[in-house]
Amino acid sequence: MGGRDATMVLLDENGIRCDGRKVDETRRIMIRAGGLKNADGSAYIEFGDNKILVGVFGPRDVHPKHMSNTDTGILRVRYHMEPFSVGERKNPAPSRREIEISKVIKEALEPAVMLEKFPRTAVDVFIEVLQADGGTRCAALTAASVALADAGIPMRDMVAAVAAGKVADTVILDVNNEEDQAGQADMPIGYMPSLDKITLLQLDGVLTPEEYKKCVDVGVKGCKIVYELQKKALNDKYFGNGGD
Amino acid sequence: MDNKRKYVIPGDVVTTGPFRPEQNVILEGNKIISTTIGISEIYDDSVRVIPLTGKYIPKINDLVIGKVISHTSLSWELDINSCYVGFLPAQDVFGRDFSAHADELSSKLASGDLVAARIANFDRTRDPLITISDRDLGKIDSGDLVKISPSKVPRLIGKRGSMIQMIEMATNAAVTIGQNGWVVVSCETPEGLLKAKKAIEMINEKAHVANLTDQVKEMLEIKDES
Repeated sequence: MGGRDATMVLLDENGIRCDGRKVDETRRIMIRAGGLKNADGSAYIEFGDNKILVGVFGPRDVHPKHMSNTDTGILRVRYHMEPFSVGERKNPAPSRREIEISKVIKEALEPAVMLEKFPRTAVDVFIEVLQADGGTRCAALTAASVALADAGIPMRDMVAAVAAGKVADTVILDVNNEEDQAGQADMPIGYMPSLDKITLLQLDGVLTPEEYKKCVDVGVKGCKIVYELQKKALNDKYFGNGGD
Repeated sequence: MDNKRKYVIPGDVVTTGPFRPEQNVILEGNKIISTTIGISEIYDDSVRVIPLTGKYIPKINDLVIGKVISHTSLSWELDINSCYVGFLPAQDVFGRDFSAHADELSSKLASGDLVAARIANFDRTRDPLITISDRDLGKIDSGDLVKISPSKVPRLIGKRGSMIQMIEMATNAAVTIGQNGWVVVSCETPEGLLKAKKAIEMINEKAHVANLTDQVKEMLEIKDES
């Protein structure tokens, strides 16, 4: 939350953050497309200490039938955290937070996925957070987009996501768990790089208009870095070593 | 150059300029963007992307292989490995004098039967209508079913049918390929059957490899000598 006092040093005088990163540096990111045999498409992402597995099914029949739409397909997203994904055991039942994140990710993917090509069907996205360390919604959205592409569902563009934020009155890229807890602001951004459009923008904290603009700029730049890794993951799976 | 084949992923700009967008591409401003993972091709004035992944979407006149799921008193429902079920009306099998009282549908096609069929009609509003009233269509009595990815069917067929002809010649098997990724192989000798199935599975796994034809040839011929 905005203005909370930081007890730990989030940013030292040399501009180095609590985990040794520079202000405009992301954590280590590894994305792998495929991996789940029974899903139509899947992806695995390691985003710093976040570990997330995504499976995509569909397009397929809608059950219950009344949910289907004769004009377009529907997208269903389930974001779920494993009981062992956080320090203290998490109740596996969907929490208020998980329901919200499911909705937010669904709405961030919808502009990209061309559901109108499959009327009366559903595309299901299952996101399992195996290990959480701040910024799971961005990592999950990034992986979900790779899994959708792996499933061969037509998309206008990939969606890459990363959070920007503010700690110690400085705008930073890729907020980790400590910075999220003790920092001043957290702004997850979902971005379609080729179309240059933002599909997800949330903000928790207080920013001045200048800081807000800077946060968006930094976040979009970060998304472009993430996009290159998404591209690499898909190229590795489908075209061998890196494609053309 | 622009007309070169390119590997693309969703969102990649295939080309810009006055081209006609065809399969799996969209026009966004003056950019033509791929919507799927695949290989882009530019022909004269049109652009398309051949997908490397994805489910089967019915197209009118496609030959498909379906499996009977169930029937009502008027029609059968077929699993055609798609997100929609195939709809086969009883008139198509019994002729125009079909009567729901006199004719029993399960006498012709029972649940679990494999059928070679053609997509007669398909639009967004209804499930695909299929027909078996044509030459070479109808119930499949013998053969083994091999399931491959629908996006790899063109690779299995090859340029003007070259790949599949090669397999048929080398193994003496008869291969019926459904556009939905279901393939029925039948052969008089069990060795030929096994070899043909193995070749089809190999193509399914290595569809993106460039000299696949040579590899398949090698596999089939090495087995010939032994």
